Amino acid sequence: MPIVSRNQTDALERLNARENPRPRIAVHKFSSCDGCQLAFINAGEALLEFAQLVDIVHFAEAGPMDPEAAVDIAFVEGSISTPDEAERIRAVRKNSRFLVSLGACATSGGLQALRNFNVDGAKAWTEAIYAQPEFIDSLDTATPVAEHVKVDLELWGCPVNARQVFQAVRQLLFGVAPVVDKDKLCVECKRQQHVCVLVAKGIPCMGPVTHTGCGALCPAFGRDCYACFGPAENPNTASLSRRFEGLGLLPEAVAQRFHLINSHAPAFRTEWLAWKERS
Amino acid sequence: MENRDIRIEVPVLARVEGEGALELTASDGRIETLRLRIFEPPRYFEKFLEGRGPQEVLDIVARICGICPVAYQMTAVQALEQAFGMQASPYVTQLRRLMYCGEWLQSHALHIHLLALPDFLGFENAIAMAGKHPDAVRRGLRLQRLGNELIRLFGGRSVHPVGMRVGGFHRAPYPDRAAAVLKELRSALADAEAMVAFTASLDLPDDEQDFVSVALRHENEYAMYSGRIVSDRGLDLRVEDYLERFQESHVAHSTALYAHLDGQPYLVGPLARLNLNHDRLSPPVKAALEATGLHLPSRNMFHSVIARAVEIHEVVLEAIRLIEDLNNDEPAAVPLTVKAGVGCGATEAPRGLLWHRYEVDAAGKVISAQIVPPTAQNQARIEDDLKCSLEAFGLHNDDDALRLRGETVIRNYDPCISCATHFLKVRVERR
Repeated sequence: MPIVSRNQTDALERLNARENPRPRIAVHKFSSCDGCQLAFINAGEALLEFAQLVDIVHFAEAGPMDPEAAVDIAFVEGSISTPDEAERIRAVRKNSRFLVSLGACATSGGLQALRNFNVDGAKAWTEAIYAQPEFIDSLDTATPVAEHVKVDLELWGCPVNARQVFQAVRQLLFGVAPVVDKDKLCVECKRQQHVCVLVAKGIPCMGPVTHTGCGALCPAFGRDCYACFGPAENPNTASLSRRFEGLGLLPEAVAQRFHLINSHAPAFRTEWLAWKERS
Repeated sequence: MENRDIRIEVPVLARVEGEGALELTASDGRIETLRLRIFEPPRYFEKFLEGRGPQEVLDIVARICGICPVAYQMTAVQALEQAFGMQASPYVTQLRRLMYCGEWLQSHALHIHLLALPDFLGFENAIAMAGKHPDAVRRGLRLQRLGNELIRLFGGRSVHPVGMRVGGFHRAPYPDRAAAVLKELRSALADAEAMVAFTASLDLPDDEQDFVSVALRHENEYAMYSGRIVSDRGLDLRVEDYLERFQESHVAHSTALYAHLDGQPYLVGPLARLNLNHDRLSPPVKAALEATGLHLPSRNMFHSVIARAVEIHEVVLEAIRLIEDLNNDEPAAVPLTVKAGVGCGATEAPRGLLWHRYEVDAAGKVISAQIVPPTAQNQARIEDDLKCSLEAFGLHNDDDALRLRGETVIRNYDPCISCATHFLKVRVERR
């Protein structure tokens, strides 16, 4: 399977055709916790170096404000969950040569995509939480950016980490397509020589189906991975679910494992539905 | 007097976490109506928590806010332990306070240097400021990084850390890593202490207002992790009794809920804490604070930046003490036992009092959840403040000047809009 899709090549060519070698960049926020943009703000001195390498034209939390400016690279944090956001993301796409979805919310809908499976729709929840629900303007679903506009690079993670983001930035600065490792978390975990929590402790770890990138943090703490980086490439979710059942998890508990931070990602959604029907 | 109709549209307020807008109508130099419109989309966290077990709750509540995930975990964990009738060991409490010091340090350092300082030094933003004041910006980034390192000891990462569990931690920090952070904390102490005099030397506006301060108060610590809920008007409440005196309501122009104390606006956060708890500061911090000549309690919200610096100094000292006292032979957690019940928790997030309540079933799963974040509590106070401070500033000023002053006032509260769902465009209508 080619690492770089034809679509991405087109976007890369557009990016590389920019006039000024120092790219103009924007960081946009949609429905999110602000945690992924912290990959830039928490970068310390690297943030200052980054500001030398690129021209930051819009990044509200860090200060620069120009949401409608045309840019070379747009980083998008958050999922699309209101009518206004659905409009705004189209404008962001129109104004950018290369669009990067930053983190779980932008890439899979994130935690708030849990509302998508609420049979009564978001309205019932609005009524439960807000005293005057008529004031709340919200879509029934929180969806990934790619369901609205074309995304040129997806960075997974809740949150993304700085290494991942700056690696992609550097590769784009060199004019090459960023390479994202889509392997299972287990590979990284083994490299770090952690004791397998699934095998040794019988804990229902999501590592075997989860996209690598966090650095195998949870197993390093002796706990189960909870799939905050979303599904890996070709995940064998059915096999892992049967293993969980073998550990004694009830179907409902198996279903819940897939129904958390990346519940709207197709591989996880399918597995959740299959086990929910059995429960 | 003024008969012109003016509207200022300033998109998303810069240098706050989240999104909102300010609308005001004015005539004859007086503000008639003022509304802080919050348009962060609702995210329905309280509903996601229903049916979830103890670990899932900690993993979910972190996602309410990327800036203060530790505060959410610290508050939820205490509420759940209360519901389950569990008691964290003194060692676990010590570990938690140490981790919480990390979040205060990173959040305050970020706010002072990257978000607030450009206002007071006259720059558009920190990136522009870095050219003229590289040392101030670098110092801020260093302290912020150190706070994040401290969180990483306990959670692997500073945003949505993974190490916390009901009963304690999945594992204690590795002693060699803790020792390395201790060394850095000791060398950062001079920077932290200098912050107090530095912020006090800033040319801050003089803007005295009348307001009620609310914070936790602990019998001997500078309250962060636990305490009783107190105010400077005599309130003294157990955490469990919060709802008896505080009410949340919903207004048309906001997706954030407004909290009131006996129907009145009130202040939470660094200045409220300093006003109520300055007698609990450690002696070196008291000395540094006294040297500035700042009179407490303060009624000037612009002193919040000094309060944050004081708290940076306090948590660096506190973190040093806590690491020095660590005894790694003790278990990092007590075993989890669940039962049906109700539990409440309150801690001081960097932005102020954070309160949680959970009702759980016999399997330890959440039946219902209620979360009152600091920004929801400050919202009514921010509107009151804006009314007073913009009138005092003078509505004859041009719209850009009014917008800048309005933003500066709001930034004093370090509002975390994602937390309260919910931040700023400025629209002034003069009649």
